[in-house]
Amino acid sequence: MKNVKLISLMSISVVMLLLFGCGKKDVSNVVEGNAAEQAYVAPGEYDEFYAFMSGGYSGQITAYGLPSGRLLKEIPVFSKYPENGYGYSEETKGFFKTSYGHVPWDDSHHIELSQTDGEFDGRWLFVNGNNTPRIARVDLKTFETVEILEIPDVAGLHCAPFITENSEYLVSGTRFSVPIPQKDVSISTYKENFSGLINYVSVDQESGEMDLAFQIEMPGFNYDLARNGKGKSHGWSFLTTYNSEQAYTLLEVNASQKDKDLLAIVNWKKAEEYLKAGKGKERTTSYYHNLMDEGSGIVESKEMTKTTILDPKDCPDMVYFIPVPKSPHGCDVDPTGEYIVGNGKLSADMSIYSFDKIMAAIEAKDFAGEIDGIQIINYESGLHGILKKPGLGPLHTEFDGKGNAYTTFFISSEVVKWDVQKLEVLDRQSTFYSPGHLVIPGGETRKPYGKYLVAMNKITKDRYLPTGPELAHSAQLFDISGDKMKLILDFPTKGEPHYAQSIPASKIQPNSKKFFPIEENEHPHAAKGEGQAKVIRDGNIVRVYMTTIRSHLAPDNIEGIKMGDTVYFHVTNLEQDWDVPHGFAVQGANNAELLIMPGQTRTLKWVPNRVGVLAYYCTDFCSALHQEMSGYVRVSPANSDVKLMWGLNNENQDEETLREMLKQQGK
Amino acid sequence: MNKKKSIFIVTVASMVGLMAACGGKTDQSKSTTTTPAKSMLEEKKVADPKGIGEVKNVNLTDPMEESMIVSGKAIYEMKCSACHKLTDQRVVGPGWAGVTNRRRPEWIMNMITNVDVMLEEDPTAQKLLEECLTRMPNQGVTVGDARSILEFMRKNDVEKVGSKDEAINQ
Repeated sequence: MKNVKLISLMSISVVMLLLFGCGKKDVSNVVEGNAAEQAYVAPGEYDEFYAFMSGGYSGQITAYGLPSGRLLKEIPVFSKYPENGYGYSEETKGFFKTSYGHVPWDDSHHIELSQTDGEFDGRWLFVNGNNTPRIARVDLKTFETVEILEIPDVAGLHCAPFITENSEYLVSGTRFSVPIPQKDVSISTYKENFSGLINYVSVDQESGEMDLAFQIEMPGFNYDLARNGKGKSHGWSFLTTYNSEQAYTLLEVNASQKDKDLLAIVNWKKAEEYLKAGKGKERTTSYYHNLMDEGSGIVESKEMTKTTILDPKDCPDMVYFIPVPKSPHGCDVDPTGEYIVGNGKLSADMSIYSFDKIMAAIEAKDFAGEIDGIQIINYESGLHGILKKPGLGPLHTEFDGKGNAYTTFFISSEVVKWDVQKLEVLDRQSTFYSPGHLVIPGGETRKPYGKYLVAMNKITKDRYLPTGPELAHSAQLFDISGDKMKLILDFPTKGEPHYAQSIPASKIQPNSKKFFPIEENEHPHAAKGEGQAKVIRDGNIVRVYMTTIRSHLAPDNIEGIKMGDTVYFHVTNLEQDWDVPHGFAVQGANNAELLIMPGQTRTLKWVPNRVGVLAYYCTDFCSALHQEMSGYVRVSPANSDVKLMWGLNNENQDEETLREMLKQQGK
Repeated sequence: MNKKKSIFIVTVASMVGLMAACGGKTDQSKSTTTTPAKSMLEEKKVADPKGIGEVKNVNLTDPMEESMIVSGKAIYEMKCSACHKLTDQRVVGPGWAGVTNRRRPEWIMNMITNVDVMLEEDPTAQKLLEECLTRMPNQGVTVGDARSILEFMRKNDVEKVGSKDEAINQ
């Protein structure tokens, strides 16, 4: 019996060895010297960088401080968030409107911060929803989601939303090719019926508002990841594809047959010219654009029905392909804009392309073939060189601005530092375990801040105290200011961070909004002052215009609600100071609570399901008398003749008084 | 029993006061540490009847400025009326009737525009906090808007108590 146990233990450790190289690392081998000091941010001090991490299957994003690894905020984006009522309040539920109906969850993957001249500018953050294709925008003044745009006729919007160096476009591609427009066909007709799209969403430079500018019809491959050119390569996009085999079943085998897949290269300035010249074809489709109005905080959802398609067959010199070794994943452009790194997941080597050579090959028509009117550039002609056997399973690359690249290797569980020009490996450090993306502050821009690197790992296992079968994903922070990378901190993250971007705090901190000026509140149901608190009945719709201030709700006594009524609590927070939100919760609400920021109005829908007197209260400890911040709402039978009345401190008003009040105001 | 409760409330209130007072970190030097209980105990300090803040001298006009009364009333309704009644009734904060007879115009405007410092350092403001037990919030009112509110208070005093501005001789 003992033997059996021993053997099974041994085989487990063998498996672990195989999986992770050498089992759990002895920490003393990895962490040295003043690591703790380097990651330590003293109480009351601030971090040097913000890091924004996607949440993967949480659908949200998180803001961390670096180097401390402290979680600053979870920002709800693609999933409802009962903690503050996001997606539950009447104002915000419109964010989830799609052509598929109300979709209150998604899978967020890639963070893209807005750029000016190839540098992060701290204005907006964009992130993709993978499952029901969408792109969201977060305003970095408020750290709130303000816009979600659906992308039509694609599936699995993994390859998104990669930004150009002046935030002109967010580039995305379909991960799963599908019939366009959708139709009822056999899956085995993939080759004839399925195709892909590369999408260009424009960004208004004043408002940040997104608009689907055009889509490029592409062969039915899987478009995986992308980057845009910078500096001299500005105006071009680079997208990896896999499954050029066009398999539709058991992809792990059937999409891994060919020695090389393809990198798509798009000249988007050329695409703009074709668009202007009227080469685009309008197609009828359906997708939603959900935009929050700044004054009212209300999301307006609009169905869009037209999209413009550019077909490479009608638009020569707009799209090219170049081969990339085996099933590429990441595709990254160095800070100079000259080198493009293609990571073949199943290849032992990495291909690094030269923008100048690609341009020369196009000029010389150095092509090896054609697919659907798209020329394929000769592999060797566009190549800067090959990084030989850097590790196993290369995924993603970022840069330090000093000529070095850092690539994650999933299978060999490490980060490798290499010289982009010389194609030499300089250093390798283990991560725990199996990293996906990595991030260096500014690491994809023309101006990286090559001080720290965070590896975001897919497997956690024994890194922390166990928490049952489900574990938080681990991240590791390295100091990369010296020749060798140095592990200085290990911290758990939320959801499954895929990509992250990090920016100096100085680009965001000075613009951070502290409250919403009440004078600028344009919500149609705002009560801008306690004198405007009232209750209005319209048939069986009852609207409560409520105000909050430390430490009371007005009104706090409401009578005359009847069974069958739908009650809307429009709650306005009258505070005008930083960090004084009030909460609102009412017993039996079938949705969530509201968390209302100073100067804001938020609305909770409530359908009482029983006769009686129910309580409501402020949920956010706001003052010494927070516990007193509460009220009662009386619910009577449907046929009752209880008069609609409301008040505070026994100064009750009713409908007649209200009519008089409104008449007076009208005068 | 009642006493116990009120002591508890005072303690909580002063704690919250201290906590909130340290909130505006970006505006203050980081090394500033607030000595606990300072605000509640040091009452020996001589009160400046003008209070503490950027408002040093206010010129009152007679007759009153009608346009300021109108905008002062609008700001009152939006930002003040939840806690201050126009009568002498105290709800959350003191009623406004007669306020310009009790406090100098500078004190009133400093209290509105510089409330966190006033609650921290001005003995009269601190005494009010002990009575009301709720910190008056910073409502983001500019000095110009505070002047309009003052004009509205003067008008209100004439209507409610028949006199105004008696505190200027203090």
